Amino acid sequence: MSLRKTTLLAGLTISRQMVLTLGVMVLAALAPWLVSAYELNLLARFLAMGLLAMGLVLVWGQGGILSLGQGVFFGLGGYAIALHMKLAALGDGELPDFMVWSGLDALPWWWVPFRNPLVALAGVVLVPGVVAAAFSWSVFRRRVGGVYFALITQALALAFATLLISQQPSTGGFNGLTDFQTLFGVDLGDAAHGLYWLTLALVAGVFLALRALMASRYGMLLRAIRDGENRIRFLGYDPTPFKVVAFTIGAVLAGLAGALFTLHAGVVSPALVGVVPSIEMVIWVAVGGRNSLAGAVAGTLLINLAKDGVSSAFPDLWLYALGLVFVLVVTLLPGGLAGLVTDAGASVWGRRLKSIIVGDTK
Amino acid sequence: MSEWPLIAGQVFNGFSVASLYVLAAMGLALSFGLMRVINMAHGEMLMLGGYLAYLTLQVVPGPLGIIVAMPVAFLGAAAVGAVLESTLIRRLSTRPLDTLLATWGVSLILQQAARNIFGAIGVDVRAPEWLNHAWTVPSGLFEGLTIPATRLFILIVAFAVMGALSLFLARSRIGLLVRAVNQDRGMAAATGINVRAVDLSVFCLGTGIAGLAGVVLALLGPVTPNVGQSYVVPAFLVVVLGGLGSLKGTAIASLIVGLFSALVQILVDVSLAQVLLLLFVIGFIQFRPQGVVAVRSRALDN
Repeated sequence: MSLRKTTLLAGLTISRQMVLTLGVMVLAALAPWLVSAYELNLLARFLAMGLLAMGLVLVWGQGGILSLGQGVFFGLGGYAIALHMKLAALGDGELPDFMVWSGLDALPWWWVPFRNPLVALAGVVLVPGVVAAAFSWSVFRRRVGGVYFALITQALALAFATLLISQQPSTGGFNGLTDFQTLFGVDLGDAAHGLYWLTLALVAGVFLALRALMASRYGMLLRAIRDGENRIRFLGYDPTPFKVVAFTIGAVLAGLAGALFTLHAGVVSPALVGVVPSIEMVIWVAVGGRNSLAGAVAGTLLINLAKDGVSSAFPDLWLYALGLVFVLVVTLLPGGLAGLVTDAGASVWGRRLKSIIVGDTK
Repeated sequence: MSEWPLIAGQVFNGFSVASLYVLAAMGLALSFGLMRVINMAHGEMLMLGGYLAYLTLQVVPGPLGIIVAMPVAFLGAAAVGAVLESTLIRRLSTRPLDTLLATWGVSLILQQAARNIFGAIGVDVRAPEWLNHAWTVPSGLFEGLTIPATRLFILIVAFAVMGALSLFLARSRIGLLVRAVNQDRGMAAATGINVRAVDLSVFCLGTGIAGLAGVVLALLGPVTPNVGQSYVVPAFLVVVLGGLGSLKGTAIASLIVGLFSALVQILVDVSLAQVLLLLFVIGFIQFRPQGVVAVRSRALDN
């Protein structure tokens, strides 16, 4: 972290990092007037995904827990809000069109609570949170971790996506849920700017909260568990609750991301939650820097903008590019782009230090 | 009418699915046990085996094509495995989770390459005449039970590969070295064993077996660019269930997974069976977190 201070006004000093952060935030807040409506929508979607990426920084970068199933929690959050919006558009006793087509005559029981907007809002956070806590507790309690955990979460993503597709009458199947008009009585088209700012505010809030969490005693212990779980156990700590909390926070952020993404994109479907998208989420964070919150958001924006650009112009090339990014980032750039920036910063510092000590002024 | 033929049929089905899983998972378990790396491109080695079988049958049509295809697929996949190990996995040997991600990148590239070369729809490998049989039990308790020859053939291949592999590991010179490195990598290196070469040969052996598995897969359905993906996730679960790269554990776990999926499918549909299988695995590790065959170790960190 940079310690250099800049004098702004008489006596008021502020670190350069803060200036940079504030500048980016102001620019981002002005985006609705700077970019087209289409670009703003893309930006909003990718920022929402940035929430999930920041969660992965905590889970994977800090906790050393590689989850290949973040899509599941993304989907749970997305479907929670989508169920409500689907029901909000209907009168009493009416069914969503795809249910009528597949011959259902009553709403499935698990749809019913989501008619209530407060239940839906709570569900966005609680459903992924509870599923993640129960799942990770049962696995970590038995000291299953590392590669085993990654493989089990991948199976989770596969099972979830297959289940959604196969239960077509009650989940909308392969097409998922789409065609939303209003959220809590507000027309979604009118709410675009508001939703964008909401997403931006959440990204900023989560950024600050996670930074505080990572700097806290909890964060220190989480990193210690990552680097030597058994050593921490010998010191008298039980690592399980620490890892469960990290995984659950990651899942809740993924759920929030899923809900916001669903609002921006107007669709939630199994194509966003399966094995392939789940693992793509990991690469956003790997590219940005698995230990840097800002890097994770930047990596998410970068990869998704690249995907949007490349895959529409050259659909065949995208998978080659993505595969190559996986290989190159992991082998050559384990710290991601943020690591690159820190390295560059460190070397500038190193030169200055050297020039001070050796007296070499260049 | 009794339910016995149905249940017996599903049990046989379970064994035949298990034989596929054991072929798909054995290579994974080998390299995981020795090097602690999971090769996410393993499914693409199955795919490669399938396409090599298709190409071989273009060159060598007739009844023996499938027999010729097996060594071709084995060598082809092993060669690709050698390239993968020596260029990528070797560099990442101390970071297993990163190996997992990097090899996933390789798998994306291989899938897209297959799509560009062979098309997205997939190609068919016709089973030879001598495999186009099916035996039906004419009477008795299991009346109506049908056993197709292809399934039986796959079962035989799986048993043969398992037998050859355990014989190879137990009796051959290389097997001795592999076991030594497996037990204590540092000590093995100190006694002058070329640990790198052992890693490379085990990895090639693993991908070669996956190529072989691809040939028998091709007998059951079309070879598509994502054919590997559908087998590799259950194969991963087999590795988790089997325990630290133990071959015996892999075989038992394949049987458990195969029989569980087949028998559960009597009651529920395929997708629900997948969810139940996952719940079963999570339940199972509550009792045996180290897998079916636990390798005891006194090391501080495994």
